Amino acid sequence: MSAADIETPLIGGPQPVASNNDDSPLNGVTVGVVTFPGSLDDRDAVRAVRLAGGSAVQLWHGDHDLHEVDAVIIPGGFSYGDYLRAGAISRFAPLMEQIARAASGGPDALPVLGICNGFQVLTEAHLLPGSMIKNNHLHFICRDQRLRVENAETSWTSAYARDEEIVIPLKNQDGQFVADNRTLDELEGEGRVVFRYVDGNPNGSRRDIAGISNIAGNVVGLMPHPEHAVEAGFGPDSSARGEVGVRGGTDGLGIFTSVLKKLVG
Amino acid sequence: MPRIVVDVMPKPEILDPQGKAIAGALPRIGLTGFAGVRQGKRFELTVDGEVTAEVLEQARHAATTLLSNPVIEDVTRVEVIEEDGQ
Repeated sequence: MSAADIETPLIGGPQPVASNNDDSPLNGVTVGVVTFPGSLDDRDAVRAVRLAGGSAVQLWHGDHDLHEVDAVIIPGGFSYGDYLRAGAISRFAPLMEQIARAASGGPDALPVLGICNGFQVLTEAHLLPGSMIKNNHLHFICRDQRLRVENAETSWTSAYARDEEIVIPLKNQDGQFVADNRTLDELEGEGRVVFRYVDGNPNGSRRDIAGISNIAGNVVGLMPHPEHAVEAGFGPDSSARGEVGVRGGTDGLGIFTSVLKKLVG
Repeated sequence: MPRIVVDVMPKPEILDPQGKAIAGALPRIGLTGFAGVRQGKRFELTVDGEVTAEVLEQARHAATTLLSNPVIEDVTRVEVIEEDGQ
């Protein structure tokens, strides 16, 4: 597979990016990636799905149809320029209503992953609790970040072992996860802290929380970017699995293989 | 045209990083009389015609659903202003 095989249009209607392998059990399984005005990492998410062996469908926020996708990724970026609050306006996009409906209803409901701005959209949509405010140091931060996967039973983390560590990029300005203590206690008690920052808290997030899930485990949101650590040559310079070459880190790929594994049973 | 003013403030228990940065800048211009700063938002909803009870109710609904996030912010004012200024 070469980079040239994975050309995708920047935005537009559903554009299936077919898997190379015709005999794959993943045939017919599609993961939708939503594009809002201001999304940045939608194409990276499409690539990540493809590199994990799946087929990606690009979805437009103004659409009313999920095009029968089997899972949805809400990518990073600055949807609506972060106007009002990050994710606040995107939450009311027509497609978000469809996603919210399909994502509710237990463990077999639509798997949804929100990355960075996508996580912010999911909290604004009340699919996940808490909210994100400006980083405590007020700076935009961009660095490779070590995380611990504390729940390896969600739809998006089953490829990891519990308490396995990963290194993936973190890049945001409004990344400080906040919630009241009761909510935080609930998240901890129910095992819904999926990712926690290791080796220092980069933004003041309560209890070092980097990512959480809903009760059923089908909806997961995280601030760091697994889709930027899926392909050797384009990832971080380090990996929690040991030494890697320059830009050789691919610790994020498991997020995408997890959901594909879940979808094919 | 009458306007409805909506004020939104970060919840008291939420650290306000922007307010803190502003508080840090005040002494730089020689203003040392302030113990703290909190930064909020003011929205002005212009109404074409009379502000009926229904319109005011819509403004309150907008304030709590779209204009603020109840996890991190409080709506501190929803008030009609008839003329320019107060």
